Amino acid sequence: MTGEIGQLALCLALALALVQAGAGLAPGQSALALRISSHAALGFAVFVCLAFGALVTGFVESDFSILDVAQNSHTLKPLFYKVTGVWGNHEGSMLLWVLVLAIYVVCTVLGRRGGARLTCAALGVQGLLAVAFLLYILLASNPFLRIDPAPIEGAGLNPLLQDPGLSFHPPMLYLGYVGLSATFAYAAAALLTGEADARWSRAARPFLLAAWCALTLGITLGSWWAYYVLGWGGFWFWDPVENASLMPWLVATALLHSSLATERTGAFRSWTLLLSIGAFSLSLIGTFLVRSGVLTSVHAFANDPERGKFILCILLAAIGGALGLFAWRAPKLETGSAFEPISRESALLLNNVLLTAAAVTVFLGTLYPLFLDAATGTRISVGPPYFALTFAPLFVALLVLMPFGPRLAWRRGELASALRTLAPGLGAAVLAGGIALTLETSRAVAAAAVALAVWVIAASVLDLRVRSKARSLSLRSCASALAHAGLGVTLLGIAGTSWWKSEALEVLAPGQSLEVGGYHLRFDGVAPGRGPNYRTSRASIEVSRNGTAVATLAPELRLYPVEGKAVSKTAIRTTGIADLYVALGDDRGQGRWLIRAYVNPLAPFIWFGGAAMALGGLASLVGSLRLRVRALAPAAAE
Amino acid sequence: MNRRKQRRLWFAAALVTASVGGAALVIAALKDNVLYFYSPSDVAARTVAPGTAFRIGGLVARGSVRHGPGAVTRFVVTDGRTRVPVTYTGILPDLFREGQGVVAAGALDPKGVFAASEVLAKHDERYMPPEVVDALKRAGRWKEGGT
Repeated sequence: MTGEIGQLALCLALALALVQAGAGLAPGQSALALRISSHAALGFAVFVCLAFGALVTGFVESDFSILDVAQNSHTLKPLFYKVTGVWGNHEGSMLLWVLVLAIYVVCTVLGRRGGARLTCAALGVQGLLAVAFLLYILLASNPFLRIDPAPIEGAGLNPLLQDPGLSFHPPMLYLGYVGLSATFAYAAAALLTGEADARWSRAARPFLLAAWCALTLGITLGSWWAYYVLGWGGFWFWDPVENASLMPWLVATALLHSSLATERTGAFRSWTLLLSIGAFSLSLIGTFLVRSGVLTSVHAFANDPERGKFILCILLAAIGGALGLFAWRAPKLETGSAFEPISRESALLLNNVLLTAAAVTVFLGTLYPLFLDAATGTRISVGPPYFALTFAPLFVALLVLMPFGPRLAWRRGELASALRTLAPGLGAAVLAGGIALTLETSRAVAAAAVALAVWVIAASVLDLRVRSKARSLSLRSCASALAHAGLGVTLLGIAGTSWWKSEALEVLAPGQSLEVGGYHLRFDGVAPGRGPNYRTSRASIEVSRNGTAVATLAPELRLYPVEGKAVSKTAIRTTGIADLYVALGDDRGQGRWLIRAYVNPLAPFIWFGGAAMALGGLASLVGSLRLRVRALAPAAAE
Repeated sequence: MNRRKQRRLWFAAALVTASVGGAALVIAALKDNVLYFYSPSDVAARTVAPGTAFRIGGLVARGSVRHGPGAVTRFVVTDGRTRVPVTYTGILPDLFREGQGVVAAGALDPKGVFAASEVLAKHDERYMPPEVVDALKRAGRWKEGGT
């Protein structure tokens, strides 16, 4: 029954989304249209929840007459992974996409930000997106398809996905991707209604901030997962799947900054609109890249042409439609007031140029191999060296200049006074770089990275100090200082793990030991064990430092018989400042095992920094919600 | 109007500078930092110079995996026609098995042994590296629906 309920709910949701889009985009303005669209939107959300609930029920009850459940679940799987398995596959994850869209639609309805006309048109655009994705689900990727006869047992879920870190990674990313659709909808609504002053941007800001926080957290979670699961201590691989989430993040970050100027002085109006379109387009491209199978191969796309082409059509319609609208309306936009070359606006402009250029380099590096393969059949891969040469210089420039931004006044700033404020930060940076240079295995580039990180962090502290002295400390400035400092903290972590990592790789018999980064690791053998749906070989490793025992680590090698796959489980002991990281390799016979150990200094900082950025975004979100009453009254518009 | 024009000019100039600089960086970086993918037969046919980094893909030949000394593993990658010996120092990915597809990045040493710096494992469901499928197809050893 659950399958039919889900199917029916999806059809009803589609019908209501059509009403929502139709009423929202109806020409002329009327309170009636808004009411119809809003109610349809709420109904749409209810039915999407119902459909999603039906699929979750199918997974929890292991209803293998549903093809999607049979292919991706198993009765022995723990309940937690039965639920998260819902979005561990293509069909379910697309339904999750629509569920997240429904959440944002409800927020649009309840928030009614930016006035009736704008809300109405935004709901219309969101309705169109809902229609497109629901059609896709119903026609090409239906999670409720039945199989007859139903198998007795399911095929299970990829063991790599049976992990708490990765369970919340997709929902977070989707909260980000789809959140950008709300910003996109408001931008399109502004263009449609001609209300393209700063109001739409203020109205969309909470959505943008929510999306940005979620994206930041999603990327951080993904990188953390890769770090502790893949077993060799890396945290970012420039894998196309990762790049697909980084590109929208870069553009959303640019948008976050350009819209500040738009809201404050009306500067960069058309650019902000364009970025809103760009950010969501990149989310769609990310979804397309990851979900169409294009990434593993352009031929994988051809294997399932219906799906790939469908998403490609949605992609082209959304991007093309929005850009067409932009080309039609943007020339009529008024421009904001002028600003001097040294001013907050200029700083934000530079920020945007650098972030956009960084996004473009990632875009080219990610898509070039696909184009080349499609055009010539030559297979290549673009790896870290490319990104080190293109992305890194842009980000270094961004970080060098970033501290000046918050210290420059709007319209006309003073570089000298900014420099005076930031001088202690420069001192701290030079000092930190100098100390880093004296450490062993140090290199100039490593010391420079540390100096840069300290510069960014110190500047945030100095900014807050000056503001609190002047009694002009606001939630917004605290939020921005926290997010900026977070980037510095992450950089510190990257520098530590990249340049001061110690590593050991040895085959050990029980009783033998190895030394890594000042730790002494004694291998005490491997014992078999059992989990709910796996068998495991668990090593016991005594860790001591300067003769005193500190911990016992137990890295594992798990074998999932249902899926027929082995997954290693690393053991990490963190002090908050450095990680001792141990992975169990393969069995070399006679009780001997291959063991790899790392000491990764400052590794936790990578994720602390990500969390700080997200927290900064969250604080800013709270601030933007509080602004609502003051700023959004029509009279307050420019 | 004047101010506005000036500002637009600034914006355009900054954007053009950044994109020209970016494009130069991108072209330079793409030229030198792209890894080509070769099948074992390609390696034999092309006579790739030792030390040139590339990626190789195929099946791990049955019975070819030898462990030791220490953390070193030796195995042979084959596409059914040509065999290329590979050495790798480190922990092999969990999905590494004899008879399974594998992609490795590295370079040939002067003796014609591929010294892998990385053996790739993807966290993809039902994964068979597409490069490997291609390589097998070209060697005529690919059976649709299973290997």
